[in-house]
Amino acid sequence: MNSDYKKTAYTFTAESLRKKFRFSEYFAEKLITSVAFLSIAIIILIFFFVFRESLPAFKSVSKTKAQTTEAAVNKPESYGGNEAAAEQKPETYNGAEPSAAPQKPETYTGADSETTANKPESYGVVKDSALSEKEVNPDGNLVSSESSGGEGSLSSLFSNEWYPVSENPRYGLIPLFVGTLKVTLIAMLFAAPVAILAALFSSAFAPAWLREWIKPAIELLAGFPSVVIGFFALMVMATFLQNVFGYETRLNSFVGGIAMALAAIPVIFTITEDALTAVPATYSEASLALGATKWQTAVFVTLPAATPGIFAAVLLGVGRVFGETMIALMATGNAALSSLNPFESVRTLAATIGAEMAEVVFGDMHYGVLFLIGSILFIFNFTLNALAEFYVKVRLVRKIQGRGA
Amino acid sequence: MRLKNKLIGGSIITASALSVVLILAIIVIILVVTIIGGKDTLSWKFLTSFPTDGMMKGGIFPAIYGTALLVIVMSLAAVPFGAITAIYLTEYAHEKSWIAQTIRFAVRTLATVPSIIFGLFGLGFFIKYVGGGMDHLFMGGQLKWAQPNLLWGSLTMALLTLPVVIVSVEEAIRTVPRELREASLALGATKWQTIKKVVIPGSISGIMTGTILAVSRGAGEVAPILFTGAAYYLATLPTSVSDQFMNLGYHIYVLSTQSSNVDQTLPIQFATTLVLLMLTFTLNLTAVLIRSRLRRRIK
Amino acid sequence: MKEVKIVTKDLTLHYGQKMALNSINIQIPEKEVTAFIGPSGCGKSTFLRSLNRMNDLIPSVHIKGEILIDGLNIYEKKIDVVNLRKKIGMVFQKSNPFAKSIFENIAYGPRINGINDKKKLTEIVETSLKNAAIWDEVKDRLPDSALGLSGGQQQRLCIARTLAVQPEIILMDEPASALDPISTGKIEELIFELKKNYTIVIVTHNMQQAARVSDHTAFFYLGELIEYGKTRKIFTSPDIKQTEEYITGRFG
Repeated sequence: MNSDYKKTAYTFTAESLRKKFRFSEYFAEKLITSVAFLSIAIIILIFFFVFRESLPAFKSVSKTKAQTTEAAVNKPESYGGNEAAAEQKPETYNGAEPSAAPQKPETYTGADSETTANKPESYGVVKDSALSEKEVNPDGNLVSSESSGGEGSLSSLFSNEWYPVSENPRYGLIPLFVGTLKVTLIAMLFAAPVAILAALFSSAFAPAWLREWIKPAIELLAGFPSVVIGFFALMVMATFLQNVFGYETRLNSFVGGIAMALAAIPVIFTITEDALTAVPATYSEASLALGATKWQTAVFVTLPAATPGIFAAVLLGVGRVFGETMIALMATGNAALSSLNPFESVRTLAATIGAEMAEVVFGDMHYGVLFLIGSILFIFNFTLNALAEFYVKVRLVRKIQGRGA
Repeated sequence: MRLKNKLIGGSIITASALSVVLILAIIVIILVVTIIGGKDTLSWKFLTSFPTDGMMKGGIFPAIYGTALLVIVMSLAAVPFGAITAIYLTEYAHEKSWIAQTIRFAVRTLATVPSIIFGLFGLGFFIKYVGGGMDHLFMGGQLKWAQPNLLWGSLTMALLTLPVVIVSVEEAIRTVPRELREASLALGATKWQTIKKVVIPGSISGIMTGTILAVSRGAGEVAPILFTGAAYYLATLPTSVSDQFMNLGYHIYVLSTQSSNVDQTLPIQFATTLVLLMLTFTLNLTAVLIRSRLRRRIK
Repeated sequence: MKEVKIVTKDLTLHYGQKMALNSINIQIPEKEVTAFIGPSGCGKSTFLRSLNRMNDLIPSVHIKGEILIDGLNIYEKKIDVVNLRKKIGMVFQKSNPFAKSIFENIAYGPRINGINDKKKLTEIVETSLKNAAIWDEVKDRLPDSALGLSGGQQQRLCIARTLAVQPEIILMDEPASALDPISTGKIEELIFELKKNYTIVIVTHNMQQAARVSDHTAFFYLGELIEYGKTRKIFTSPDIKQTEEYITGRFG
C-alpha cells in the first residue's frame, strides 16, 4: 500500500502546477459580486423611479384647469377606465383600464369607500373632500377654499390647502408637513426618553440575567406589524386616551404619535443599548475606582461617552416615524389640517400616499405629487440615515479613541 | 449632600426601570387585548372559510392563503439574493474596500427606507416599467403584467426584507470558524468549493433565521403591497403570480377603516389581528431562540 | 543527507509594515522530519504557512525571496495555488474536523478532486485511516460525526484527511500542543511512520518533542533563522549561544 505514495523525482514541476482556469470558480465569483451590487442598484433605482414618476407634477404646471378637473371628476372609477388618463399619457397605461376594471370589479372598489359616515368622531377624511371640504373645517382651522385659488399648479405645493380631488384641486403640502412634524415630535417626545432610559437600565443597572430577557422581549415589540399597532391604537388606545384627556376628536396626532412611538421605541432602544455597551469598560471602572456610585458612573460617564450613538438612534427613530404609513393611516384621523393643537386630526405625508395612490389617475398631477411626496420622504430618510451613520462612525470612534489614548 | 445624591440616583434608576416595565407592559397589553378580542371568533372554521356577506361574516382563508403565497414568492427572491450578498461581504470583499463599505451603506439604507417608498417603487418600477415592458414585448401591448399582482407585490416585499436576510446570514457566516476554511483550502479546495461545502452548510441556521425573520416581516407589512398587488376582496384564490391576492394585514386595515360598518366586523378584525400577531410573534420568537443558541455556540 | 526537497532563498515576510521573517535561507531534506523550534512569535508558524502559501489569505502579507520545491519557485506567478496545496498537506494546531461524518471528512479531499465513485472513496478512506493509525478505532463508526471523537483521535483524523489527498509534503503546526501525553505519543509514533513516505515539517514549542521526532531542527528567534542542523547536534552542542540558552530553558 505504500506503493501508492511512491514518488517519481521532481513532482513539483511547472507543468503539473501551471495555473488552471477554473470556470466554475470564475463564474461563481463574478455572479456573487454582481448580485452583491444589487443593494446599491436598488437604492439608485428607487431614487430614479420614484423621482421619475413624480415628473407629472412638474409637467402639468401648464395644464389647463379644465383638464385637471376632468381627471378629478373621473376619479370615482380611478383605477378603472379613464379616457382622460389615456390621452394624457398614452404610453403609461394605455388599454389597461378598460380591461382591468371589468375583470375584477370587486378588487379595487373598497378603497374609496372610506367615508366619514362610519366614524363621525374621527373628523372624516379629506380624500373624499370634493363634497365635504366645507365640513372638514368647522373650526376654521383652514384658510377657506375660495381665498387662494391655486390652479392645480406647482405653486400650490406651498399653499396651505390639500384638496387633491376637489373641482379646483390644490396640492398644498404645508398641512401634510405640519401634520407629519407634529406626529413625529409627539412620538419622539414619548419614545426617546422611554427607550433611552430603558436602554440605560438594561445596560447599566439590570443584572445580567435580566438583561438577557429584556433585550429579546423588546426586540419582539419590533416584530409587531405596524398594522397591528395601528389597529390597537385605533380600537383601544384612541378611546382610552380620549377618556383620560377628554379631548374632542378621537383620532388625532396625539394618538397617532403615541402609537408610532411604540414602533420607534425598539429602534431607539436597540441602537442606544449597543452604543452604551460599546463604551469601554475601562471608563466606568475608572469612574467607579474614583468612588463614584453606579448611577453617577452611568449618567456622567457612560451616557456622555455614548452620545453619538444615542443621537444616531434618535435619528433613526425619527426616520421610522416619519415614514410610517399604516399607523398614520389608522390612528391620526387623516384630516389635512395645519393646526398646532396636538388633539386635532392630522394627515401625514406617508399616509397621504397610502390613502390616495390607489385611486389616482396614472400620470396626472395628483399622481405626480404623491410620488413627489415619496421622493421627499426618501431623500429625507436617506439623509437621516447617512447622518446617523456618519455620527456613529466618525464621532463615536473619535470620541472613544480620543479619550482612551 | 449625600442624601440628595441618593435621591437623584434612586429616581434615575427607578425611572429607567419603569421605562422597561412600561415597554413590557405595552407588549403584554397589546397581546392580551388582541387575545381577548379575538379568541371567541377564532376557530378552525374561521381560518379555513371564505368571507361572506360582503366580508361582514365568514372566515379569512383567502387572506391567509394570499399572505402565505406572498411570503413564499418573496422568500424565493429575497433569500438567495440576500445570502449571496452576505457571502460576498464576508468571503470575497475586503473589509475596508470602498466597494464593501458602499454595499454595507446601501444595505443599511435599504433597511431604513420607509415601507411606503417600496410600494411607490414597486408601482413605478415593477408594474409600470418592467410590467409595461413585458406587456409590450410578449403580450403585444395587451394588459397582463402592467398591473398589481402577486409577483410584483412579492418582489416589492423582497426588496424590503433583503437587508433582514443579509444581516442574519452575514452574522451566521462569521461564526463559521476560520480553522475550517483553512482546513478545506489546505486540502486543495478552491475558494468556491470551500464556500459551497464548508461555509454555507456551517451557516444554515443563520440562513434559516434570516428566512424566518424575513417571512415574519413580509407577513406583517402592508404599505408595500397597498398598490402593488393586495386586493380588498377576491371571490377566488389566486392561481398564478399574475393574480392579485388578499392579505392578512391589509384585511385588518380594510375592515377597520374602510368598511361601511366597522363595529359589526369588530370581532373579525380582532380575530384577524390575533392570527397575524400570533404568526409574526411565533416566527420572531423562533428566530430569537435560534439566534441565542447560535450566540452561545460562539462563546 | 538525503535529497533536498524545499529550499528557501532570502525569504522575507512582512505583515503590513512589520517584518515577521528576515531573509530565511534553509534547505529541507526529503522524507525526513524537520522541526522548527523557538519562542512564540518568533516566526516559525508564519514560515510554515508560507510553504503552502496559506499566508496568501491574509491581504496584508508581503513576501520577498524564493521558496523552491523540487527546484520550482512556488511563488511564481503562473503557479496554481490550489494544486500546490494538494501536494502540500497541512495539519493545524487545533484539530479542525468538518461537522460531517468520519467518512465524509476523509472523503472531502478526494471528492473535491472529482472522485465520487463510492468504491474508490471507500478504498481511499480505509487506506488513509490505516496510514494515520486510527482505522481500528473508527472502522465501526465511519458514518458517525467526527465531532464525537476525542481530541487525539480528531487530530489523527485530520492527518488521515490530509493523507487522502496524497500529498508529498506534510506541514504540521504544533499538532500535539492541545493533546494529552498518550495522544501526543500516538501522534509522534505516527510521524515516525509517515516520514518513510512523506517530507514532514513540524512546528513545535515542545523541545523534547522536537528532539524525539525530528532529524533536523531549525531554531527561530525574532523572525530570524538562528541555527539549523542535525537534531542531535542542535540539542547537544549548538554552535550559537542563543540556541543553547533557549534549549537549556534560559529564555523563551
